[in-house]
Amino acid sequence: MATLTRPGAPTGPELRRRTHPIKVDIARALPLTPAIALLLVFLAGPILWCVYAAFTNTALTGAGSGDTKFVGLANFRAAFSSDAFANSVVLTLVFTVLSAVVGQNVLGLALALLQKRSVAVVRTLVGITVIGAWVIPEVVAGYLWYAFLAKDGTLNEIIGTLGLGQNWLYTLPIIAVSLANVWRGTAFSMLVYNAALSEIPAEIEEAAEMDGATGWARLRYVTIPMIKRTVTTNLMLITLQTLSVFGLIYTMTKGGPGTKSQTLPLYMYEQAFSFSQIGYGTAIALVLLAVGGVFSIVYMRLLRED
Amino acid sequence: MRRRSFLTYAGLGAGTVLGTAACGGGSNSGGDSSSGAIKVAYQQWGSGTVMKDYLTTVKSAYEKANSGKTMELTPIVASENDYYTKLQLMMRSPRTSPDVVYEDTFLINSDITAGYLQPLDSFLGKWDEWDQFQDVAKGAAKAADGKTYGIPDGTDTRALWFNKDLLTKAGLSADWMPKTWDDILAACREIKGKVPGVTPINVFAGKAAGEAASMQGFEMLFYGTGSTLYDKDKDKWNVGSPEFVDSLQFIKTIFDEKLAPDPSVALDAQIGTRVSEEFLPGGTLAIDLDGSWQSSTWLDTGGKPWKEWNDVMGQAPMPTKDGSGEGKISMSGGWTWAMTKNASNADDAWKVISTLTSFENNLRYNINSAAVAVRKDVAADPTYTGSNPTLEFFSSLVPVTQYRPQNTDYPRVSNEIQVAMEAVVTGQASPADAAKAYDEAVKGIVGEDKTATL
Repeated sequence: MATLTRPGAPTGPELRRRTHPIKVDIARALPLTPAIALLLVFLAGPILWCVYAAFTNTALTGAGSGDTKFVGLANFRAAFSSDAFANSVVLTLVFTVLSAVVGQNVLGLALALLQKRSVAVVRTLVGITVIGAWVIPEVVAGYLWYAFLAKDGTLNEIIGTLGLGQNWLYTLPIIAVSLANVWRGTAFSMLVYNAALSEIPAEIEEAAEMDGATGWARLRYVTIPMIKRTVTTNLMLITLQTLSVFGLIYTMTKGGPGTKSQTLPLYMYEQAFSFSQIGYGTAIALVLLAVGGVFSIVYMRLLRED
Repeated sequence: MRRRSFLTYAGLGAGTVLGTAACGGGSNSGGDSSSGAIKVAYQQWGSGTVMKDYLTTVKSAYEKANSGKTMELTPIVASENDYYTKLQLMMRSPRTSPDVVYEDTFLINSDITAGYLQPLDSFLGKWDEWDQFQDVAKGAAKAADGKTYGIPDGTDTRALWFNKDLLTKAGLSADWMPKTWDDILAACREIKGKVPGVTPINVFAGKAAGEAASMQGFEMLFYGTGSTLYDKDKDKWNVGSPEFVDSLQFIKTIFDEKLAPDPSVALDAQIGTRVSEEFLPGGTLAIDLDGSWQSSTWLDTGGKPWKEWNDVMGQAPMPTKDGSGEGKISMSGGWTWAMTKNASNADDAWKVISTLTSFENNLRYNINSAAVAVRKDVAADPTYTGSNPTLEFFSSLVPVTQYRPQNTDYPRVSNEIQVAMEAVVTGQASPADAAKAYDEAVKGIVGEDKTATL
């Protein structure tokens, strides 16, 4: 989990030499063909259809439905010249950075560190709470947060007496959904870091302690450098997960008010299904794919550097 | 039950102009068996069961009259916009397509262009009851090819509903009848000042309310300025319209001055249900710009029975902006029963459709849903005219009513209207800026050459 290279993978050229006739290879591959065929039909098929649809005016109703035409890059041009699209890209980045890169990542690490140092009872309690949030279905989590933050929700019941009550989903929508996503997704980072921290040899930490390193210095100069690869891997995974979050935001705000929490997945859904513009919607899906790709490349570079 | 956006007399005048109409006419009676059930798809949402009860009765009557045949009800549990989407997804494939569908005329032309429906003319020629439908209603589901694709089951008009008790408390007449937009605003300010805790007015605005925002909200204002969204003779959409800004300004005023519900309530997807089941019966909302079917919620068959509704609630026509023209304005729409292209057995599907719109069934449906009748025999029936004290009022608005553009681009333009309203309500944009963004969006949808300042 902490590393991306496969342990024991053959590296030397001599290991790659064929040790058996080609016929055996084919015979061995034969049992795989149903699986491959299924993958092609049900996974590659829809993806290819998506790519195709992104270049057409496919729609659920109206002209694009009866008479589908190839429109070249028109969908992409329309997207890149649209304010609503630009707004969604910005919100998607805000949501991803706030809730995944900062929120889930930092909190996950903090919880993992806390668990390492605390007694068994605390460890179990924290584990159950955090993982509980992770196990709850996305839509249920969204509804819980809706109930908590809504105008007559739990939070306002508590702080309303101090005059601080307000409709959080209306005043701070993107912050509200980011918070909910941190709450829901932190368990994943925590588990990843738990695994990584347990692999740091105790002697190294003890040695650092002997040398007089304080807690903060130990974390900065010993722990983090030792789990750096895990940090990057974790960041990559949670970023990709967060980019595609839909159910949580849809349940909490439906992308509103206005378009103040309309991230790319919600914008895509709206265009494809509320306005029936499947072609345009799939084009946005491809853009989202590209955004994920860019993030991945950045993280891969970071990984390669060390 | 939340029923809105009816567009019946819609075909008004002869030729319905459609932007595009590449609809194949070939009536496809493809089906083979005489045994298969006829699947009827309709929208089921909220707590009302008017449509469900009505269809259940029709189902047993149909099955009794045609032994061996069955009618299968397929409720699509979805809010307004989701209903259209789910229905369209179902109609795309012969395997999932229902045989008979409940279509809003708002989208029927779009779905005809998409090739989901088949024309009913061959059946209508042999159906003697078709003469009972008012001529204007017959055009409701007529496509550009001149063929009819749906049988309307009722229409509606829109006006101001107001709580007489609250208005009298604010020192206004129980026979309140505003003459201009300013009269409405003045009354709202009185209510706000004199009856604390009461929201003066609700005008649907924003994307959460969907088509209700466009039709009950914006268009009731905009068409009252004498302007129009679309000129079908010139085939041009209206952009750069100062009246568009005026209408948005009205919305801004009621929200800025807190005469309307708090934006966080107004922009919630539940606003429609809350207005009819909570705010109006609860006496926390004084004036509501809404449809003729509103009282169906308060009948014994509705989602929120309210015995005193007719004593408490009054109705006034929506005035035009400065009282010019006829002085009042309304919008109309309608729903139709249509047959899908993939219907398994066209003859049986037609039997179902004609049963659904027969005199007796239509009469009961119009009474239970408080709809304005489209059948002459229903409109003249004493049980209908006596069924609801507001029928006369809402029928009287038919002469001043307007219809939405019958154009396949309208659904997307309508969405842009909602976006513009929401931008104003949330303070994201001024009315002028929101109107400018609307203009650009419309140009993008219909093409710049199809726009003009009308």
